[in-house]
Order: sequence, then structure tokens, then C-alpha cells
Amino acid sequence: MITWSNFVSQLFNGLALGALLALISSGLTIIYGTLGVLNLAHGAMFMLGGYAGFAAYQATNSFLVAVIVGSVSLLAFGVVMERVIVRHFYSRPHEDQLLVTFGLAICIIEGVRFFFGSESRNVPAPEALSGIVSLGFAMYPKYRIVLMGIVAAALLALFVVLYRTRLGMIVRAGIEDPVMVDSLGINVYRVFMVVFGIGAMAAGFAGIVNAPVASLTPDVGEAILVQTFVVVVIGGVGSFPGAILGGLIAGEIISLTSMVNPGYAYVMLFAAMTLVLMVRPHGLLGQPGRE
Amino acid sequence: MGNDGSRQGENRRNFIRLGLGAAAGLALPAGLAGRAFAADQPPLGTWPVGAQGNSVFIGIAVPRTGTYAVQGEDELKGWQLAVEHLNSGHPLMRQISTRTKKGVLGKEVKYGVADSAAKPNNAVQAEQRFITENHAILMTGSTSSAVAVAMNKLAQREKVLYVTGISGSNDTTGKDCVRYGFRQNFYGQTAAAALGPVLVKAYGKGKKAAYMTPDYTYGHTVTKSMQDYLATAGWTTVTNQVSPLGAPDYSSYLLNIANSGADVLINVNWGHDAVLSTQQAQKFGILDKMKLAIPYQIPFLAPETGGGLTAGVYAATDFWWTLQDKFPLAKMFVQEFEKKYGYKPEWGANNAYMSFALWADAVENAGTFYPPDVIKSFEAGRKLQSTVGEVYFRKEDHQLVRPVVIVQGKKPGEMKNKEDYWNVIEIIPGEPLMQKPDAFGCNLGTYT
Repeated sequence: MITWSNFVSQLFNGLALGALLALISSGLTIIYGTLGVLNLAHGAMFMLGGYAGFAAYQATNSFLVAVIVGSVSLLAFGVVMERVIVRHFYSRPHEDQLLVTFGLAICIIEGVRFFFGSESRNVPAPEALSGIVSLGFAMYPKYRIVLMGIVAAALLALFVVLYRTRLGMIVRAGIEDPVMVDSLGINVYRVFMVVFGIGAMAAGFAGIVNAPVASLTPDVGEAILVQTFVVVVIGGVGSFPGAILGGLIAGEIISLTSMVNPGYAYVMLFAAMTLVLMVRPHGLLGQPGRE
Repeated sequence: MGNDGSRQGENRRNFIRLGLGAAAGLALPAGLAGRAFAADQPPLGTWPVGAQGNSVFIGIAVPRTGTYAVQGEDELKGWQLAVEHLNSGHPLMRQISTRTKKGVLGKEVKYGVADSAAKPNNAVQAEQRFITENHAILMTGSTSSAVAVAMNKLAQREKVLYVTGISGSNDTTGKDCVRYGFRQNFYGQTAAAALGPVLVKAYGKGKKAAYMTPDYTYGHTVTKSMQDYLATAGWTTVTNQVSPLGAPDYSSYLLNIANSGADVLINVNWGHDAVLSTQQAQKFGILDKMKLAIPYQIPFLAPETGGGLTAGVYAATDFWWTLQDKFPLAKMFVQEFEKKYGYKPEWGANNAYMSFALWADAVENAGTFYPPDVIKSFEAGRKLQSTVGEVYFRKEDHQLVRPVVIVQGKKPGEMKNKEDYWNVIEIIPGEPLMQKPDAFGCNLGTYT
């Protein structure tokens, strides 16, 4: 149904959708770009962050505490996961990395299902951020608008860490040439552990801030993971700015296609990915030759 | 051709059966009579191997993960309770399957469970394994009509009986019906024929409707049936938002609906998709502007959406626990289920329980597990007692003819207890609601 107001509504909604996809994808792409590990447990970590936040919300009734717990617990989870399991797979073939992270995802999902069941769990937005506002062209949930700001701030923080700190410099150098960084006397493995933790924290943060938008189930990360991979491929594997651009493009494709034919909204996402792979195989902002 | 052929086969078999039966009665020891009887029935599917020991096996493929996991777990509990009741000869089971004593034809019922995740491929692979490894004599499962349709095809190919779990598509006992498949819950068309007049009475004629449709056989056929019925009252479809199973967000669909000018939102989504789309519809302010209707009541929708979002909403359903006030068997079922599982059963569990009970009745009346004889027993049109009164299977499409229950959501303040979400407002006899058996192109296929 193409009308001017609907077009503007969908354009705006595409931004909101894309912002969240960008945040989740950034964690995935940082981990892949630095460590070369394709983390199939990223969707499960997104979900786990949501549930950790949910448990904190149940205990404290505070959304802020829920966000902090959802993020910090995933940072810790990521660090432990890297030290105990992922570290042993850096030098193994990609197939092994895929299998181990896929197995981890299943364990995480079924673990959450064991403790929380399959029923939906809701984390309400704070009272001040609930309700609907009129944007002139559409009525829109207030929290989704606030969420765009939250995501923008989180992405900015990640940008500062990656591009304006010594750690970020080492990470980016590690992406380009890990052997050289290692030979300079820098403990690459410690950096890798921190990077994996930051990537997991980004997923956990996204999981809990998304909880008021979409109720939690143990399977909530599965569908997101597929979209996240599409975003990373479109934006360029290992590229942080690429994840943001890819996320925004994916959000707009889903939203604007639904206006023309809702049945094709998600199909078009994959069509766009195919097109990018054909025309620019390393993604829009990825660099040729980088894994 | 198939029907004629099988009829000839049946006549021949009856002739030999009678002849040999008489001879056995006169000359043979009783133990040999059965063997002579079986000699005319060549092995078919998992018969006779699956029925030779002290037990028989049922393969259950049900979603325990994914969008329909909650509904799948409820269904599974219904099947498990039914097996327990069959093996113990529980009075409830014996009032539905009146010839049941203990087990089915004296054999203990065992079962295996596999997670289908509501995916046809997973379900078919799991059931194929149950057939090969366990010689399953009955299969069940679904909560997705896509699975039910795939299972129908497997059942007909492997000549192993299949009773559907939850499946509302018109295709299940319509264009994709099979001789080896039977469905206990009603057509989407029947739901539309029952719910449509209620909506027209409540909201008037000439309304504008927006639909949310899951992109598979259930969604498309139920939406079509609702549109067809409501068109007779001058209702029009202003938008139909088709979405994939398990969509993580409905905002773009809901914006289209918000801008459509619809009076009524008819949400055909199911499982967690229905929960999420309904919750997000409320957050977009749509439920303040439009009435919500649900063609097929979704188990656990009311508690999962929370906040009284289903208050005032009309839906068609197979079963709601307060039917215990009207039907004695429903009361027994609710009591037994709650005693074992600690909550009031949803209609998925009831549907599951009833499907096994009706299968047991068919087998006991056939006196054998030989699939064609069990099928003919199902097709005999016996009037059966159920938890919603008298029912029977229509032989032309293997669809149970049964009442449709119309419910309306209660406001939180009206609830008498924490599970009192729906008010039963009407119980409509099924037969007048149903289309002709061949209206959706059903061709059952052969017995052997």
C-alpha cells in the first residue's frame, strides 16, 4: 500500500530496524574481523543477554539494572567462552569453528529453555519511555525511537574504543596482520579475549535493549542470527562501518519492501545480499583480500 | 479405480475370512485360526511386524523448539496422558473408546518423541526413523499444517496410519487428504463459518478488515476462508500482511495496517508469532483503533501476551476447559490433566488426547491393527462420545464432524481464577458449518 505517509513511516521504521541490526552485527563482525572466527553462537548470546537482563529485572524491577546485567554478564560469558573453548580453535579449520560455535549455541538455547521454559518472557520498557508518540506521518512507539538513540550511543562507544584507543589500534592492527602484532611483543591472545568479550557484550546489550520490543523466547536469536549474517555480508565481513551501513540497508529493505508486497520483505533481503556478492564480493565497505 | 479395486479385495477377503473362519471353527485348534486369517493379508507398511509383540509403538513428531514450541509441549502432554490412560484402562478412555480394556487390543502402547521444530523435513525424517527402527503402527504430530500435509504424504506412501495434531489448514483433509490420515480438529473453513456470523453480529456489515497471515498452507487457507465468508456480509480486505514463520519483528507489517484504515484486525498468525504480532500491534496503538479477531484460538495466547490484550476478542476453538460445566467427559479430562500436569489443558492437549482415543476406538472395533481394516473402522461413521459431545468421522475426507466452540476473551477483572481467560459464548454444531467433502478437492487414494 504505497501512500506518501506510509512511505515516510516505513522509511523511518527501516532506520529503527536497521539500527538494531547494526548493533548486533557489529559484535559479530568485530569478532570475525579480529579473530577470524565465524561465531554461530552470536544469536544465542543475543538471547542470553535478554534472559540475563530479564532475570535481573525480575529481581530488581529496574530496567537500568537489567541493561547493565544483560551487558556485563555477557562480557563475562564471552571472556570465559573464549578462554575455555574458542581459543583452542583459532588455528583449526573454519569448519571446526562453525561446528563448535553451533554446538555452543544449541547448549545455550537448551540451557535457557531448561531454566525458563519456552513461554514468552516480557521485559517492559520504563514507564517514561512507554506509550505512543505522533510523528506527524505516523503513530510510533516511544521506546523504539529512544532505542534508536540508545543504539547510536552504543555504536559510538564501540567506534571510540576501536578507533580512538590503544586497544582499538591493536585490534585493527591485529585484523590487518596478527603475526606482525605478535612479533612486536603484544600479547595478542589477551587482546583476542577482550575482543571476544566486547563482541559478546554488544550481543548481550542488544538482546536486553530489544526485549521491550520483542518478547523473549529461547529461539529469539535464531532468526536474528540469519539476518545478522546477511548484514555482515552486505556491509563487508570484518568491517565495523560496514556492519552499520549493512544494518541500515537491511532495515530499509525489509520495511520498504513490505510496503509494496509484505510477502517478499525478507526474500528481498537475500536478493540484495546475492546482488552484493555478485557485484562486490567483499561487501560494500569490506576490503578485498581480508578474510 | 482404487476404491473399486479395494472393494473387490475386501469382498474376496471377507469370503475367505468367512470360509476359513467356519473351517477353523469346525476343524482347527483356535490358535491356528488367526494364522489362517492373516494369510490373506500380505504385509503392509509396518504390519504385521509392528503388531506382533506384546506392545505397539507410536511415533510422535512435535515441535519442542521454535515458534510453536509452547503449543507442542501442551500437545505432547495430551498424547502422554492418553497413552497412560490406554495402558491402564482408565474410565475416561473407556467412555470414549468403549471396547478398550487395557492397552489397545490387549497390547501395551509405547511411544517415541522427536522434535519437529514445526519443520516438515524434520518431522518426516523422525517418523521415517520410527517406522524403520520401531515399526511404528501409528504416527502423529504437527502444530503446523505444513507438517501435517507432509506427514499425510508419508503416511500414504508408507501405509502407516497418521492422526494429525494441531492443523487448521483446509488442505489437510482437503486437497492433500489421504486414506491413511485422519483429523480431529476442524477445517479453517469451518472456523470461518462459525466465527464469521459472530463477527458480523458484533461489528456489523460492510466493515474493512486487515489480515496478518503466516506464509504457509494454514495461513493462506484460513485467511481465504475468512475473506470468503465475510465478503458475504459486505466486508472488504484492505490489506493482507503475509509474513514468514518466526519473523523477529512485525513493525513494518503493522505500519501498513495502521495506515490501512481497517476496522478489524484479523490475526491468523500462530504460536509465538501471534503473541509477538499482537503485543506489537498494541504498542503501535492499533488495538486502540481496531477490533482484534482470531480465527483459531491460539493456546496460551492470553497469558503470554499479558495485560488483557485478548479481552473482548472473539475466536473459534476446539476446546476450552470451562466446557467441563457442560460435558461430563470434559470435566473428567480437565481433572485428570490438571492432576498430572498442574494446569488446565489447552485445546492442543485435548486434541491430542482425543486423537489417540478415537484411534483406539477404531482399532478395537476393527479387532486388528491391519491398516485397511482400521481405516474402514474409522470410516464406518460410528457416533462417538467425546469431550465436546457426540462426534463422527466423515468417510469421504476423514474429517471429524464436531462442534465449534466460540469464545470471547475476558477482561482481567472478570477472570474468576488465573486461568479463566475465555468465556464460552456459543457451541455450534459442526455438520451444518462444513463444506461438502469434495469442496477442496479431496481424493483419499487407495487402502493398499
